[in-house]
Amino acid sequence: MERITLAHGDGGELAHKLITDVFVSTFRNERHAKFDAATFALGTHELAVTTDSFVIKPIFFPGGNIGKLAVAGTINDLAVVGAIPKVLTCSFIIEEGFPIRHLKTVVQSMAEEAKKTNVAIVAGDTKVVERGSADGLYINTTGIGIISHPLERNMDEGDSVIVSGSVGDHGVAVLVARGELGLVSTIESDCTSLYLLVAKALEASQRIRLMRDPTRGGLATTLVEICEDFGVTIELEEECIPVKKEVKGACELLGFDPLYLANEGKVVMIVPKEDEQAVLDALRSQPEGKDAAVIGTVRATNKGQLLLRTPLGTTRRLYRLTGLMLPRIC
Amino acid sequence: MCVGVPAKVLHIESFSALVDVMGSQMNVGIIFVPEVKIGDYVIVHAGQAMSIIDEQYAQESLEEWRKLVDARSDGSLNT
Amino acid sequence: MLEVTDHSTLSQMLLQEVKTLADRFQQTFGRIPSFMEVCGSHTMALARTGVKKALEGYVRLISGPGCPVCVTDQVTIDAMISLTDGVNRIICTFGDMVRVLGSYGTLMQAKTEGKDVRVVYSPVDAVRIAEQHPHQEVIFLGIGFETTIPILAAAVKEAEEKQVRNFSMWMSTKLVEPILRQLLHDGEVALDGFLLPGHVSMVMGRKHFEFLATEYNIPAVISGFEALDMLSALRHLLLLSLEQRAVVLNDYKSVVTEQGNVQAKYWMNHYFTLCDEAWRGIGVIFDSGMDFKSEYNQFNAKVKFPIPTREPRRTKCRCGEVIRGLIDPPQCALFGRACTPLNPIGPCMVSSEGSCAAYYQYMREE
Repeated sequence: MERITLAHGDGGELAHKLITDVFVSTFRNERHAKFDAATFALGTHELAVTTDSFVIKPIFFPGGNIGKLAVAGTINDLAVVGAIPKVLTCSFIIEEGFPIRHLKTVVQSMAEEAKKTNVAIVAGDTKVVERGSADGLYINTTGIGIISHPLERNMDEGDSVIVSGSVGDHGVAVLVARGELGLVSTIESDCTSLYLLVAKALEASQRIRLMRDPTRGGLATTLVEICEDFGVTIELEEECIPVKKEVKGACELLGFDPLYLANEGKVVMIVPKEDEQAVLDALRSQPEGKDAAVIGTVRATNKGQLLLRTPLGTTRRLYRLTGLMLPRIC
Repeated sequence: MCVGVPAKVLHIESFSALVDVMGSQMNVGIIFVPEVKIGDYVIVHAGQAMSIIDEQYAQESLEEWRKLVDARSDGSLNT
Repeated sequence: MLEVTDHSTLSQMLLQEVKTLADRFQQTFGRIPSFMEVCGSHTMALARTGVKKALEGYVRLISGPGCPVCVTDQVTIDAMISLTDGVNRIICTFGDMVRVLGSYGTLMQAKTEGKDVRVVYSPVDAVRIAEQHPHQEVIFLGIGFETTIPILAAAVKEAEEKQVRNFSMWMSTKLVEPILRQLLHDGEVALDGFLLPGHVSMVMGRKHFEFLATEYNIPAVISGFEALDMLSALRHLLLLSLEQRAVVLNDYKSVVTEQGNVQAKYWMNHYFTLCDEAWRGIGVIFDSGMDFKSEYNQFNAKVKFPIPTREPRRTKCRCGEVIRGLIDPPQCALFGRACTPLNPIGPCMVSSEGSCAAYYQYMREE
């Protein structure tokens, strides 16, 4: 019997298959499945809505906690479809025995994170389950925003691919916090709300084609999805992709690839070549975007492949994350 | 994993050492390199330091490649 | 230390040098040179750095039997997965093993069904888990080549010193020398030289591979794993084959010595002894692996938890031929169709260092 495995939840190839086979085929809303948030018209307003459940081990990690993540994650999903995040709802599933003190810290972080972007948390729900039937605390948030900058979505050959900063920080920070692999690093999660950063970029260019926040599955998986969904071929320059040296070090020690590690405070955008510098300048003017870089180019608009150019000058094709990332020997 | 980058030894405690790779650290066993000293670079495989890197040889390889490349570019200029 | 850009300029120039020499080889001998990389890490690094692709049409690089998962026989894989059937057991393994498809499922599936299967970074971590769970039996799946065998020994040493009685290991290790001899004996693959594994050599030493030159008259170069290292080693291999000089050259002197790591060899020989091993698609090779000496049977999972062997299910998987360098992965009917990294049928597709996975990930570009 086919069963759900952990790999179905990591944002990679299996997760994609699960969504396509079980959800999209039943709910029949293929158009929306391509984006981080769905957009729809209500009266004269164009709105965006998104929902996300947050499960993370451990609940507290360097650079954030599950609460900050739950608010920032949903704000980011709204921001990257060109929406101004307005309201959030939250729902808590709490395991019997969870310390109220911890819950207060988590909720405090949620309030702080929401305040940064002027988002109101307007409704909520709490369920407590028996000890052992959940792992501490799960949070679901749903967010609604108003579309301010509808994105073009049509990409052209020569468009630039920009990432707002170094990749893989969150993935490594969480690995370290779990303490299972004996890894020690000062790296902090990049977990943060991106609305203000994205707004700067949207001010700088009216013609941003597409934005995504590369969370689970990492930068590579997110870009593979863009390539397949929109039929474009993107070529990345390996040497241009910003990766912090501690993240590189951790990856070398464990055999991981930073392009497949999760991010929680990065945005990748596709912009016309002419607007590249303006967008870069706008991103770099903000602290969360100071390491923004052009990492690649749209090469063709028909094949749907993600390619990586190596320092030797050859290219290789990248795929979605397949299976869980695991430390390997040889 | 096998393709280990050099890890720098920061601290030694009887049978293990704390090593650093570009700012990320890990405790590894050192029973196979008992002569290791703080500041040495080692190759790490599955939690054990397996070899102390001879920096002089590493430098010599680089020199050799550089010379080769220089000779090549000289040659191409002449032709 | 050199800057990154400096490295990439150096490797591009070195690449040109290798191409020039490869051209000269072709002019001299009327064919493309064929070299075998023995180590799975080389297979992966050649693909990841783009060296393999950059040399297409210049040098034929054949992936040899060097990925520990890929060379593990189906019967052994089945036995390892069957170990999860026992009660009160924790199975610890390197990450590569969890997705390998046995005749009746994978370790990942066993975990999904509620079995306690844990991926650890180091076998010593498994000893620690055994200490934390004194009422459960912790079994480590000991796969690997000479680089890993001393590390397995280190775990046994730790268990012995701490008197951890609920730790044992199911050994299925492989040695490089016997398989190279087998390949050269069979003579099925025409080779001009070997790119020898830097890390096996760091344990065994350069001298260990001298037999390639003296007995088989074939050149070999020990290489590291960066693009520069591998290009440099390939350059040396080409120079040697052009001069028709069969020597075993150490091009990774910063890490590899003549004698190798004496301590590592001491500890592996302390706990383990030579044994016959079954290689996937090749068969049993005499003295081609290591298993526990009988005096350490208290750590030997095969003795503690005997598993009846079953006849494995047959598939059209041609891993055996891929490992021996007889065919390239796409020549297998399953490759990229029934067998993908997501749904691997043969072990060469499972391990990220397997020939098929490396080929699929990095070479398959329409």
